[in-house]
Amino acid sequence: MDKIENYTSVMARRGEIMRRSVGIDYESFTTGKLAFDYERMMKETGYTLDEVTKIQKESNVGDTPLIELKNLTALARKISEPGRGARIFVKDEANNPARSFKDRRASLSVHRALVGGYPGVAAATSGNYGAAVASQAARKNLPCIIVQEVFDSRGFEQPEIAEKGRACEAYGSEVLQLSVGPELFYVFLLVLEETGFFNASLYTPFSIAGIETLGVEIVEQTRELTGRSPYAIVSTHAGGGLTTGTARGVRKAGSPETLIIGVSVNLEGLHMASDRDFNRKSFTTGHTGFGIPFAVWPDRSDVPRNAARVLRYIDRYVTVNQGSVFYITEALAQLEGLERGPAGNTSLTAAFSLARDLGEEEVIVVNETEYTSAGKHPYEQITFARKMGIEIFRGEPSMERPGENIVIPMGPEQVTAGEVDLDGLRKSYIKNACKGLGEDWSITRVDLDFICDDTRLTEEKGLELLAAKGVNLSA
Amino acid sequence: MEAKRGDRVQIYRVILRVGERAPQVPEDTAAVPLEMTVRGDLLEDTAAAGDEVTVETPAGRRLRGRLIALDPPYNIGFGPPPPELRQVGKELRKILSSGARGHGQD
Repeated sequence: MDKIENYTSVMARRGEIMRRSVGIDYESFTTGKLAFDYERMMKETGYTLDEVTKIQKESNVGDTPLIELKNLTALARKISEPGRGARIFVKDEANNPARSFKDRRASLSVHRALVGGYPGVAAATSGNYGAAVASQAARKNLPCIIVQEVFDSRGFEQPEIAEKGRACEAYGSEVLQLSVGPELFYVFLLVLEETGFFNASLYTPFSIAGIETLGVEIVEQTRELTGRSPYAIVSTHAGGGLTTGTARGVRKAGSPETLIIGVSVNLEGLHMASDRDFNRKSFTTGHTGFGIPFAVWPDRSDVPRNAARVLRYIDRYVTVNQGSVFYITEALAQLEGLERGPAGNTSLTAAFSLARDLGEEEVIVVNETEYTSAGKHPYEQITFARKMGIEIFRGEPSMERPGENIVIPMGPEQVTAGEVDLDGLRKSYIKNACKGLGEDWSITRVDLDFICDDTRLTEEKGLELLAAKGVNLSA
Repeated sequence: MEAKRGDRVQIYRVILRVGERAPQVPEDTAAVPLEMTVRGDLLEDTAAAGDEVTVETPAGRRLRGRLIALDPPYNIGFGPPPPELRQVGKELRKILSSGARGHGQD
């Protein structure tokens, strides 16, 4: 990487670099102009549930406790209508080796790197996934490189990402720390090209297969502890992997009736590639800045076909504000004796609100927790936000303006989840899909079926939305 | 600051200068360079801050850049408990123990 190459020329080699570093011929799954055979891709390049379980057991990953949050449930009932307030459970994923659910993905990626005979493993991630890959690589004696977006042009490091960089180094990984910008991907391509390392992408079929065990464990443990299936599983949504993998596991466990509810922190108005906005947010993942773009066009990831496709699986998508997540994180520590990282509590925040509308007999499950540490903690995040000029106060959460203030609720009844219109997202998906059509704005039956599967639109509605864009079905 | 061979140091380099950045980046990002830092072991016998040096990273790669720190600490902490959160536990426990609707569990 001593000679720095032109951005465009490196990006032009993207397909070739990716093919070699992931070892999947994505082209072979193409079935139409837009369509590809998702299930065949998952089957042929992923692993069966039994294989995943075996790999994870050997890697000390998974089989984490499912914990009933009795005091938070009691609190929700105190502020609900009589007979309302579902039992809230959380899957304590902080019990994995690198202390988040990301170990499930990393264990599969690193296994794949070993099987494929790669000399090392690399990942472009500013999140827990970096620590997970570094941890798994460490125990397999594979060199590891993590590329992170960490600091703004003034040199201020986002505390949460700085902590993850520290964790990666603690596991013996090289950590390239970058300033703000999507060219992180360009640097990552150069690393892959130079080293020949395996690309531990978050979005490969095996990475997603690694999360299916989480869905299976949740259904089995919930049935064992409560005698019933979860009414809903609440899942933080960013790139879509956690939610997709969980939902696929839930289906494999035979609980199709369980609702899958995606949740993101609302960061409306903040530009994810902006140097100025970078340190004006307190959540570096699980937010709408990733959640919405990835929902409406999954194939924006670092692999040609993203195995994480949330519109296929989510029944509802809700948002919460930053201040409410900090509030619930504090509540979890104070009432349940569980000090966990704020980003992982995004889904818990929504679950607390959603539980109030459900009957007391129902069970709502939050599918993750993550570790907390210096930097990855509400105290540090709030202290840092104040330093960045963000106003912090207690009040009605709807007053929160991302990048300007963080509003901590006055009481638990103010913690609410705002509904995102899924049909609006489906429309955006269609708009994005049409961009891939080129000159000829007609599609075949196989494309139509793919679009309907990918968005859960009925054929009639799919055709209607496509027609509105000027796309017709050819014979 | 003088660093010796084998010392843990941090180096800095500009990856993309202003004008070389990706076409899609917003204006504020386009106006600043893409910068990178990395920590590794110094390979030169001695070096001072500002010198162009080579490090060996934990992954065994050799990378060049400007020396900016010798044995840099991790500058992350917890900060003080913010006043906006300090009362939350007490408030919630009060609601839980109140006689209002609902019931605590065992």
